[in-house]
Amino acid sequence: MNITLNVWRQPDQKSQGQFQSYPATGISPDMSFLEMLDAVNTMLVKKGEEPIAFDHDCREGICGSCGMVINGRPHGPERGVATCQLYMRHFKEGDTITLEPWRANAFPVLKDLVVDRTSFDRIIQAGGYVSVDTGGVPDANCIPIPKVKAEEAMDAAACIGCGACVAACKNSSAMLFVSAKVSQLALLPQGDAERKQRVERMIAQMDKEGFGGCTNTLACEAECPKKIPVTHIARLNREFLRAKLT
Amino acid sequence: MDTFLSLYNSSVGKKFVVALTGLFICSFLVVHLTINLFLFKNDGGQTYDLYAHFMSTNIFIRPIEYILALGFLLHIFTSAYLWWLNKQARSVPYKAKASSENSTLASRTMFVTGSIVFIFLVVHIRTFFVPTRFADVEPSSYEMVKFAFRDPLYVLFYVIAISLLGYHLRHGFQSAFQTFGIKDKKYAPYIHFIGGIFWLLIPLLYIAMPVYFYFNPY
Ligand code: HEM
Ligand code: SF4
Ligand code: FES
Repeated sequence: MNITLNVWRQPDQKSQGQFQSYPATGISPDMSFLEMLDAVNTMLVKKGEEPIAFDHDCREGICGSCGMVINGRPHGPERGVATCQLYMRHFKEGDTITLEPWRANAFPVLKDLVVDRTSFDRIIQAGGYVSVDTGGVPDANCIPIPKVKAEEAMDAAACIGCGACVAACKNSSAMLFVSAKVSQLALLPQGDAERKQRVERMIAQMDKEGFGGCTNTLACEAECPKKIPVTHIARLNREFLRAKLT
Repeated sequence: MDTFLSLYNSSVGKKFVVALTGLFICSFLVVHLTINLFLFKNDGGQTYDLYAHFMSTNIFIRPIEYILALGFLLHIFTSAYLWWLNKQARSVPYKAKASSENSTLASRTMFVTGSIVFIFLVVHIRTFFVPTRFADVEPSSYEMVKFAFRDPLYVLFYVIAISLLGYHLRHGFQSAFQTFGIKDKKYAPYIHFIGGIFWLLIPLLYIAMPVYFYFNPY
């Protein structure tokens, strides 16, 4: 297939960026979106031009690094997949595809489609952990956890920290990301001891990084490649209220 | 006070304040409507005037009036402040826009619908509240209502503003419960059912008044 890419090009953090148009010819519908970009980059390199910078690592939807906004949608038009799991067959011959980096002041653009997501790391460092000596491996089932709770915690833990929730939100809010971690640990006995300080510190850090607040538009849930539901945000709100009022 | 300030310092805490005051105002909508429905009683406005008089003179209603005003101010100020803060979080907008793919229009236009409701509030207070509370001789509220709704422009403005209030509550009512963290699978159907009363039924009943008086001026 032949398509046209309209890509945000920005040499580095300090320079101004702009959109540039590139033809992508001879693309197979079975290529992943990133493979299509690889093909375009090969062509650019052959022509002696600077290839399009984009983040990627695992290419199987588990590392969370490949985020970009495709025609206004984080990770593109398909639900529940990361950009690396998106295939060209979901586009039509002759399409023009607009590619933009995550837009949020807490995610400054480093180059082209690559943004700096270390603000997420600092939120996790503020409380998204359990501080206990690990020691030896405990016996299986010595801490009883009901299956439903274990599953819900596991689903929350599926967050890959990609930042699509922030990119999708009109307020650039990181609430879905923060809620996934707070919820995961609040559901488990291991997380119980620090639940109060965890939620207070993580939310304070989130505000400090310049993410916006949640207005329950649910755009995050719709665009999350791991389909993390907003019920975790409800739990985060509950945890926060409990921490502040008790 | 410390708890309040520490809450208010955080984006989540401010959102609690918006939700709490929003639902508080919703409870006022019910009280206000209940009295208004006496307008439809066919007694030349006798019952309605009785209640209107009670509301503007009773000493127990006074403090509630101040709490209500405070609720409105907190809601408007906090939500506008949050809206502004949220705007600051993204300086470069997207070129391609696809927000309709992932969220409802009502949820994205809360500030606009709220602002129009605010303008309506100011006009409404000027037309109905100020004369009954601060005039030397208390006028008949019933006559005032009848008179105001003879003006087609006023009726139109009223209908549009209340429709937008309904739209504000279409998102706002259920959103408040998500903010409190009590909207889960179990309660969501009830919240949406009661939400329907607030965003559809109540606004329709409010709209019935100007429409009725416009078409039945005598
Ligand atoms: C009769 C009047 C009003 C009622 C009953 C009402 C009710 C509500 C409710 C229940 C919420 C939801 C809170 C939440 O999401 O947690 C809300 C949010 C909001 N209201 Fe109002 N409101 C009224 C007037 C206003 C006015 C005058 C403004 C003026 C700016 C306003 C602006 C907002 C904004 C910006 C939000 C936050 C929207 C969001 O979270 O997306 N509201 N309102
Ligand atoms: S919640 Fe979803 S969208 Fe947000 S960072 Fe985690 S995986 Fe990505
Ligand atoms: S490259 Fe790892 S999630 Fe896409």
